[in-house]
Amino acid sequence: MKINVSKLMITLFMIVVGIVFLLPFIWMISASLKPESEVFTYPIKWIPDVWRWENYATVWSRDFPLYYWNSIKVTVITTVISTTVSAMAAYGFSKLEFRGRNALFIVVLATFMIPAQAILVPQFLLYMYLDLFDTHLGLILLNSFSVLGTFMLRQFFVGIHDDYIASAKIDGANQFTIFRKVAVPLVLPAISTYAILRFIWTWNDYQGPLIFLRSDELSTIPLAISRFATESGQLFSLTMAGTVSAILPLIIIFLIGQKYVIEGIAMGGVKG
Amino acid sequence: MDPVIEKKTSYVGSAIESKHRKKSKLTMKTRESLAGYLFIAPMLLGTTILVILPIIAAFIMSFTDWVFIRGVSDLNFVGLENYKTLANDDLFIKSVQNNIWLILAVPLTMAVSLVLAIIINKHVYFSAFFKVVYFIPYISSIVAIAIVYQLLFHPSYGPVNEFLMALGINDPPRWLADSSWALVSVIIISIWTSIGFNLIIYLAAIQNIPRDLYEAANMDGAGTWAKFRFITLPMLSPTTFFLLITGIIYSFKAFELIVVLTGGGPSYSTSVIVYYLYEQAFESLRSGYASAISIVLLLILLVITALQWLGQKKWVNY
Repeated sequence: MKINVSKLMITLFMIVVGIVFLLPFIWMISASLKPESEVFTYPIKWIPDVWRWENYATVWSRDFPLYYWNSIKVTVITTVISTTVSAMAAYGFSKLEFRGRNALFIVVLATFMIPAQAILVPQFLLYMYLDLFDTHLGLILLNSFSVLGTFMLRQFFVGIHDDYIASAKIDGANQFTIFRKVAVPLVLPAISTYAILRFIWTWNDYQGPLIFLRSDELSTIPLAISRFATESGQLFSLTMAGTVSAILPLIIIFLIGQKYVIEGIAMGGVKG
Repeated sequence: MDPVIEKKTSYVGSAIESKHRKKSKLTMKTRESLAGYLFIAPMLLGTTILVILPIIAAFIMSFTDWVFIRGVSDLNFVGLENYKTLANDDLFIKSVQNNIWLILAVPLTMAVSLVLAIIINKHVYFSAFFKVVYFIPYISSIVAIAIVYQLLFHPSYGPVNEFLMALGINDPPRWLADSSWALVSVIIISIWTSIGFNLIIYLAAIQNIPRDLYEAANMDGAGTWAKFRFITLPMLSPTTFFLLITGIIYSFKAFELIVVLTGGGPSYSTSVIVYYLYEQAFESLRSGYASAISIVLLLILLVITALQWLGQKKWVNY
């Protein structure tokens, strides 16, 4: 391969720009491994003299494992339900004929425009009335019916050739078998993309737990670290160890699934 | 929801009828319809209960003086009173203005992202690596980002101001602690978090521009700038338009960043419509008044969406 000099120079320049862009994260990781007295020294000591892993031990000795478990539980269940509900609706709206299909699809699509904050008050009342307030079930239901997911997956189901479905029908398969054995496998990459995105959005969701949870022992990670930051006051190194702990699992999931995430975003133009 | 159930039952009804009459299997068509309703039922039910009913409730509540801690029996219909109060509420107007300032971040983000997308598309090695770098803030928790930036922007010992003072700026801005700089800080952070998304969308669009357009331009002796101005930009116009509209709509939903970063302060300098709504609803407990804010917000988003439909025909080259 011929190395193009100007391309190499631009690459080097862009690496510098990229590092500057990520400085807030680098600073966060560095501060999380310092003794408190060194957090704000200037010039910044990017690599601490002694790495203080105790910061993490201190943070984790609190209720962090519990918050982690809450986040994992809520996020995994939400992702499974939301992906199933969206995929089913997307299949129904694209591959099955029934009266009122298009009208119902437009109704569902129109709700996309309603900002989540505009319905917080009535949702809050509804949750009180249904005893869903301050429960994980309530939080899970909140993110389980995604218009965006339905819309995104529908575009992919539409692309499936009708012959596949027709031939399965001739073989005597019912619609649920066709959905599971024929349609879903054909759009599996799109479904994985949506599942990863739903996982990321749910893991990061702060507004839901802020409004609909009260008990500390039910807190998910974002709610817990915002409380932790307020309560630990001046202990910035511990706060940073908490934020690193909050972000890291997602960055790992993203790095593993980055091809799906980036392609999915590019294809669907979706926004959380 | 009602028409659906009606339809569903009528289908079930006719299905049973035909079963009795002919003692044969349901017709293919009826079975498919039934399956169709079953497939969309969970989504429809969830959306109806969690979104459609609440928005209707918010609309009705916006005409009442209801305060959350008082019982529903204590509720009075006050007509357009809430809307009239809103029109004269300085803090609400301030929040709307702040929202308009936040919109400024959208074209700025788009310009930066477009430049980066062009560079990453053709002029660097390891382009996949750069995509990942710029995308990391987008997938990170807004809460964590807000907490980190609170420290970075700390007025007296934050690294940003230490750096500025080292450069010889003796009196750097107090950022989040200063009511005239707080909104600027919010804008900087929201640009930083949304570059990744805009960049990915622009990159995909650039890669979809047919190569032969550039080849033809090369034959005509067009320079780099001419190619950018007369091929790239016009071919990207649908994407630009999409990003502009979604960016503006998204800027109205910026809630989490504001709550954690500034709590709307100092002195409401970073309050936006959704933040003010939250404060009225969950701190002042003025449910009726907050509902009126919801409806105004919804109307604003409706107008923007309508503009999108109209604008798409007028400004976009396909």
